Amino acid sequence: MVADQLADEDWDRLFHALADTTRRDIVLQVMRQGQSISTLAGRYEMSFAAVQKHVAVLERAGLVRKERRGREQHVHGEPLVLHRAARLLDSYELLQRHRTSAIEALLEEDP
Amino acid sequence: MTVISVERDADALTLTFVAEFAAPVERVWRVWEDPRQLERWWGPPTWPATFERFDLEPSGGASYFMTGPDGEKARGWWRFIAVEAPHRLEFEDGFADEAGTPSEAMPTTTAVVTLEAIEAGTRMTTVSRFASLEQLEQLTAMGMEEGMRLAMGQIDALL
Repeated sequence: MVADQLADEDWDRLFHALADTTRRDIVLQVMRQGQSISTLAGRYEMSFAAVQKHVAVLERAGLVRKERRGREQHVHGEPLVLHRAARLLDSYELLQRHRTSAIEALLEEDP
Repeated sequence: MTVISVERDADALTLTFVAEFAAPVERVWRVWEDPRQLERWWGPPTWPATFERFDLEPSGGASYFMTGPDGEKARGWWRFIAVEAPHRLEFEDGFADEAGTPSEAMPTTTAVVTLEAIEAGTRMTTVSRFASLEQLEQLTAMGMEEGMRLAMGQIDALL
């Protein structure tokens, strides 16, 4: 089994977090560069408090983390979850490699 | 090594895999067309596949199970979207429950296989598109990582 497999509730939080357009956009913004909540709030037509709530949902899903900088809260992307996708693709690549050598063996045995 | 290139796109959850075989296109097509040959390479190591139904035609389908090292069974199904012998095959691959009924809850993988004649034989390009991380997780969790480590270890031992 995958060593650090996410539990069901982790998946629920992750999918819930990404099921909203604004939250997906926030993830994209902060993956590129950490941003303060007030900068983020300036991007969307919603209150500071509403943006803060979105960030909290993303934080619970492990997609972003907050950091205090002076008087401001900075939001950063947490690329671990996205790296996970890359790692899973790596595993699938290994399966494809296994299939390729099995096909090769079959072709050699039965040309 | 016959694996020519591997391209992964983590955002689009797509893996493009290109391999070459020293056999004509018609011969490589048979490893897809004949379920008995398919069974010899489709399942992950330690999870051999058995195809129970196999209708290779557009809008036809297949059902299969893979048997794990402890005798546990994982069932799956295919739905063929395009069958253009011997050059192109497109199908959906999904999980099924114990009775073989496609699992509604789990998204499917779409695979597009292209075979082209080259001087050395055949180039096979497989593009696998996954619907979600959750599904990739399921696919790779199925004894696969363990089996892969084993297989890679064997390859390393040869080198």
